[in-house]
Amino acid sequence: MEITFTLNGKKTICHIKVSTTLLELLRETLNLTGTKPGCHEGECGACTVLINGKSVNSCLYLALNTNGKEITTIEGLTKPNGGLDEVQESMIKNGAVQCGFCTSGMVLNIKALQLETMQNKKVPGSGIKNSPNRNEIKKWLEGNLCRCTGYVKIIDAAEEVFNKGK
Amino acid sequence: MSKKLKIIGTPVPKHDAKMRTTGEAIYGHDIKLPNMLYGAILRTQHPHAEFIIDVSEAKKLPGVVCIITADDVDTNHIGYKRDHPILKKNEANCTRDEIAAVAAETKEIAQEALKLIKVKYKVKKGLYNPHDALKKNVPQINKFSSGKFENKNIAEKFFYEHGNLEQEKKNSVAIVKRKFTLPRMTHACMATSNITAHYTKTNGKLLLYSSTQVPFLYQRDMAHALKMNPSDIRIIQPIIGGGFGSKLDMHPFEPICALLSIKTGKPVQILYSREEEFIASPTRQPMEIELTAGVDKNGNFTFREIEIIKDNGAYTSWGATTPFVIMQAFSSLYKIKACRFNALAVYTNNVFAGSFRGYGNPQATFALERVIDLLADEIGMDKAEIRLRNANTKGEITGQGLHYDTCGHKECLQTVIKKLKVEKKKVEKNNRFKRGIGYASMLHVGGGAKIYRSDGCGTTLKIDPYGFCTIITGSNEIGQGSETVLAMIAAEELGIELSKIKVINTDTDVKPWDVGVHASRTSFVAGNSLLGAINILKEKLNNKAAKLLNEKTKSFTYENGNIISPSNQQIALDKVVREMHFTEPNELAIASYFYEPSSKFQDKDFKGNVSGTYAFASQSISVEVDTYTGNVQVLDIHVAQDVGKVLNPLLLDGQIHGGILQGVGYALTEELIFKDGELLNPNFHNYKMLTAADVPNIHFYPVETNDKQGPYGAKGVGEAPLIPTAAAIANAVCNALDIEIVELPITPERVLKAIAEKKNNKKNK
Repeated sequence: MEITFTLNGKKTICHIKVSTTLLELLRETLNLTGTKPGCHEGECGACTVLINGKSVNSCLYLALNTNGKEITTIEGLTKPNGGLDEVQESMIKNGAVQCGFCTSGMVLNIKALQLETMQNKKVPGSGIKNSPNRNEIKKWLEGNLCRCTGYVKIIDAAEEVFNKGK
Repeated sequence: MSKKLKIIGTPVPKHDAKMRTTGEAIYGHDIKLPNMLYGAILRTQHPHAEFIIDVSEAKKLPGVVCIITADDVDTNHIGYKRDHPILKKNEANCTRDEIAAVAAETKEIAQEALKLIKVKYKVKKGLYNPHDALKKNVPQINKFSSGKFENKNIAEKFFYEHGNLEQEKKNSVAIVKRKFTLPRMTHACMATSNITAHYTKTNGKLLLYSSTQVPFLYQRDMAHALKMNPSDIRIIQPIIGGGFGSKLDMHPFEPICALLSIKTGKPVQILYSREEEFIASPTRQPMEIELTAGVDKNGNFTFREIEIIKDNGAYTSWGATTPFVIMQAFSSLYKIKACRFNALAVYTNNVFAGSFRGYGNPQATFALERVIDLLADEIGMDKAEIRLRNANTKGEITGQGLHYDTCGHKECLQTVIKKLKVEKKKVEKNNRFKRGIGYASMLHVGGGAKIYRSDGCGTTLKIDPYGFCTIITGSNEIGQGSETVLAMIAAEELGIELSKIKVINTDTDVKPWDVGVHASRTSFVAGNSLLGAINILKEKLNNKAAKLLNEKTKSFTYENGNIISPSNQQIALDKVVREMHFTEPNELAIASYFYEPSSKFQDKDFKGNVSGTYAFASQSISVEVDTYTGNVQVLDIHVAQDVGKVLNPLLLDGQIHGGILQGVGYALTEELIFKDGELLNPNFHNYKMLTAADVPNIHFYPVETNDKQGPYGAKGVGEAPLIPTAAAIANAVCNALDIEIVELPITPERVLKAIAEKKNNKKNK
């Protein structure tokens, strides 16, 4: 079947099988290998992407459900001039990257939290407050496993992103 | 190194962090070659069975290019003792056993083909407990074992002793004996195991994109397995998604992938699923440790007597040699007058363990530090005091022959004891929540480990005519940051900015020899190797600079891309390189150096100074235990570690935090659960790895002892942080509840059981 969606800001049309997952579509058809396959069962978060600004495990998300939606992958976070998103910058500066296999998912999930809190600014009283505290960040990242860093620097990196906005 | 350092010691972000943060880094999973086939492995359905295999139906499936079984290949056995056939013939001996492999045009076809392979099993009763395997009249589990021991199911034996044990027993006022049981923990690298093999029929060369930690040993092992010339095998390491020791051994899937490529003449890729990763990648060694230890009337440790039974699994990996490290902890952590150590590795029909960060040391340290608490209780001495009294000291030569030229043990202990403030905070009604504190220390090699005849590392260094520097190093990057540290050293010594330094370290056809990433050796060994190459290169550059500047001196400084004489004449580094190239005697700005640590290969009694230097660390940990649920919450972890010298505080923190959280997982949640040889929890849902929400407060205090052997005084750091963590947590839980823990992980179930046992014991008294 044919689906149309916006991928990293670009209108994209794909022919897919009904059973194709978004992770397969991204990695195998579209060659966007920055999205990492960690477990294929929604437990590790390495394959996290943004759909309409919300983080999802692309391994459990059927590609057909992206029809008409906006997808952001790690490749879409880098600016056209090669500049990095502030979440990426913060991850590097804080030493939050070791082997890097979880990093794409971590970055996008922190980005999702940032987008969420920006929206919540407009809708006061819903969800996490406009600047999440350390415990809220830790809870938010619970779905992204990392074996190298012990998470501390990743939490630091996220905290710095939100503290900047204060 | 008395000069002021500009770059070493500063928090330089990881050299290659950018590409790992943007999705640009190419891991094994991302490699796609033209005409590449996808490999898949059929494993036995039963941990122990005879079988007959029929692949004829599977071969007919369109898209299947090649299927191999043991009958189709001519290979040597692999593994540390060469007791492991790559493909198993007629008999399966553990749940991982590879019995056939497929190469197909797509992943789906490869999986479909596996289902079409017909296997008739005759299930046999396995031996899943080492004690059963040691009984008389049981079958020999591994038929390929050398069988040099009195019992056919013993894979390896270790004996070590020093001092007069019987005398020290007499000198003891208290003796404690306990048996501890340690679980299987798995590495759970975020990237699953992977390999892409590309054999070229026309020239007989094999190119492997492999995530190994030890490319040169791997090249030799692969050549032995495939009966090839090692130099016909080229290993290229893609970006590696986690190591932690899992990639120290060559595993069967790797030569299997090579064989599929050799048979088909096409590139073949094998990627593990997560389930396969849990089942078929190595684990930490499960073992029983029986420790008897004594203390004299002054609180000095007298002796330790150790009996270990390790479950070797069905085949022997490097993991069988962990007693090298285990005996080191028992013989040399804290001052100890006498030690006798026996370890047996016993074949079973379980999966085999491999090497895992710490290499037996977390197991040893758990037993040792638990017993120290019990000895302190026996003689009524404070648990901090007994440790300080027996701590290792600078200048000590241990019973095993380890030379502590520098030693931060006491300072580490003092630091964490002082920092841990017990907050006797609100106690809920019924005393539901109990708090406790625990201490533990560790000793580990900090300057490589001479377990091969060489523990060396080669470096080739060049500067190009544009003033850029390329470091070609034998060592590898597996995420720990070795590239960054090497680039920092070159920047420091040559006055070249970091952005102009490249590190080449992924290709066995290019890079000089090295033993590999293990034993926390890389910064120490590769760092020293690079410093050696820099010295040679500087001599060449100095000579040319002296000529160009008409200076007699040979002592130049290197700053901001310039070479500067004592009289402040300066010349650009790139200009000197061009003049080297273009004017007589026309030479390259290139130098090579092979660094071999001063350590010694141990003798047959396991004695000798096996490492260039030794690392020490202590941790103090506070916990809160919910006595209703048995849940243990780790509150604060104070860690002081003798790192020699901080090379990069940012990367050092990363090693500390990451190691500690693996240690917390080992202590509280992580265990592969087997029933009759079959794994019951092969997924992240049931194998509980800790998440961001579980992170305790980690407080790190580096201790700098400036060891003259290390680069700038540095020691190895990578494995140390996880080694004492489980021990300190166990001590804290025991302290909180006044119970005994003899088994890891400390699950809520085990805590509740221990509480119930304590109540029963009181009643019975």
